[in-house]
Amino acid sequence: MTSATAMSAPSDTQTQSSDNIVEVRNITKFYGSDIHALDSVNLGFPTGQMTTLLGPSGCGKTTLLKIVAGLLEPTSGEVFVKGKQVTGPGPERAFVFQDFALLPWATVLRNVAFGLELTHKPKAEREEKARHYINEVGLSGFEEKYPHELSGGMRQRVGLARALAVNADVLLMDEPFSAVDEQTRRKFQEDLLHLLSVEKKSVIFVTHSIEEAVYVSDQIVLLSPRPGRIHSIIRPEITRTANPDDIRRDKVYLDIVEEIWNNLRKYLD
Amino acid sequence: MSTATSPTPTAAEGSGTDSSNPGLKNVTLYRLLSIAGVFVAWEIAGMVPISVAFPTFSDTILAFVEMTADGRMISAYAETLKPLAVGVFISGFFGIAIGVGMGLNRLFQWMWEPIFVVLQASPVAALIPLITYAYGIGLTAKTVAVIILAAPIIVLNTYKAVRNASPNLIQMSRSFQGTRLQEVMKVIIPNAAPVIFAGLRLGVAAGFIGVILAELLITPTGIGDIISYHRSVAEYAHMYAAVFSIIVFSAVMIGLLEKVETNYFRPEKKKGQ
Repeated sequence: MTSATAMSAPSDTQTQSSDNIVEVRNITKFYGSDIHALDSVNLGFPTGQMTTLLGPSGCGKTTLLKIVAGLLEPTSGEVFVKGKQVTGPGPERAFVFQDFALLPWATVLRNVAFGLELTHKPKAEREEKARHYINEVGLSGFEEKYPHELSGGMRQRVGLARALAVNADVLLMDEPFSAVDEQTRRKFQEDLLHLLSVEKKSVIFVTHSIEEAVYVSDQIVLLSPRPGRIHSIIRPEITRTANPDDIRRDKVYLDIVEEIWNNLRKYLD
Repeated sequence: MSTATSPTPTAAEGSGTDSSNPGLKNVTLYRLLSIAGVFVAWEIAGMVPISVAFPTFSDTILAFVEMTADGRMISAYAETLKPLAVGVFISGFFGIAIGVGMGLNRLFQWMWEPIFVVLQASPVAALIPLITYAYGIGLTAKTVAVIILAAPIIVLNTYKAVRNASPNLIQMSRSFQGTRLQEVMKVIIPNAAPVIFAGLRLGVAAGFIGVILAELLITPTGIGDIISYHRSVAEYAHMYAAVFSIIVFSAVMIGLLEKVETNYFRPEKKKGQ
């Protein structure tokens, strides 16, 4: 575990653009004419890494994520995925929703296969893939259950499996654990890190939990609120091979949490 | 994540299906008790009697058995069901189609909403003379009466259900590159199905009102004829037998519709029962 390196925003985004799987340039977003959600955000998301968007509520982090997903249109600015400009949702990006967004009338199996169903994959193929990812997220045996028969944490595992099943390069996760209780959340974070080390995805992760951001991220983007701007970018260089409980007690981990808290607390009044 | 969820599954599984079952037996018992209670009260009220025009429950059942045995009840139902079935089918088919259209498209909504709101708000008994001017006194007029009562409820419920479909699920469909057609067929309509079915049940109930109203106000045929004839000759047990049977019939139809809904459209509800 080496020390964290904090950099100011502009110098970071101009470098190594070829290693970034997703880039946003000069993104500005207004809701209506008076709510200024994002103000010329420039940001690169490195390939194969987990980048967290962290900030107080109202800083536009979910707005930025949905713009990257193509679910919201920016007022101005561009989004590039693998070097190509995108204006809507695409197969190289998959979204994990805060409220899970599962079809209540469909089984776990059909929910996980739903992304493949929409792209007209044959039934046998999509169900085989779905079963594989249901197993990966630890839900085997629950294929024929309906969402209302599952706990919150298990529902989000279904949401994650659905996003993995479409084999996108980039996972976009919008506060995926916020509707999940604390114990489940910790277990889920550990499982997610393990799963991502196998699946080699690039992840953009939105959270308002500082501990969660430091625990899971390769790169943390701190956003300041109203309008949302990049405050700073922090790379918590934590070796993730260690025991999760040791990481949570580690001095570097605790120092970064403290540093981010000191940066964010001034926005609270 | 292979080692992930061994503790959580059992917890969720336990709460899902088992806990609702123990009470079920009692529910059926209470339902039967409630129905029996009403019949006993009816019998007593008929024996008092609260009015000469109010027969006992047993007399009513006897009259019903008599009319069923001599075939009057059966031919009356055959007569009444024609405009009812045609009217309910047209209202259901076109009502859901128009309602879905209104929910998806604002222009379509502006075209149709005023018509159905006015129809829903208007006292239909007052419109029935107008129907006879336009459509005479035959089957068409009675079918139109059924449609006028049933269609607005079905249309407006479907429209509201489709318009209020979960934005989160729609966004989910879009994020996985769902087309507009897939979004409508695989997300919006299944999501709206419970409210559409609620509208359909209310619409069928209204259709029963419509057909009886038409049979009483346009020309006496079918069940309406039995009701008005036996009232005019003061055979109240027979009149009540017709009224009672149409209520039971209507309730059974609505119950069947609910079964169709849970069996074919809400698999997760079926499993939960």
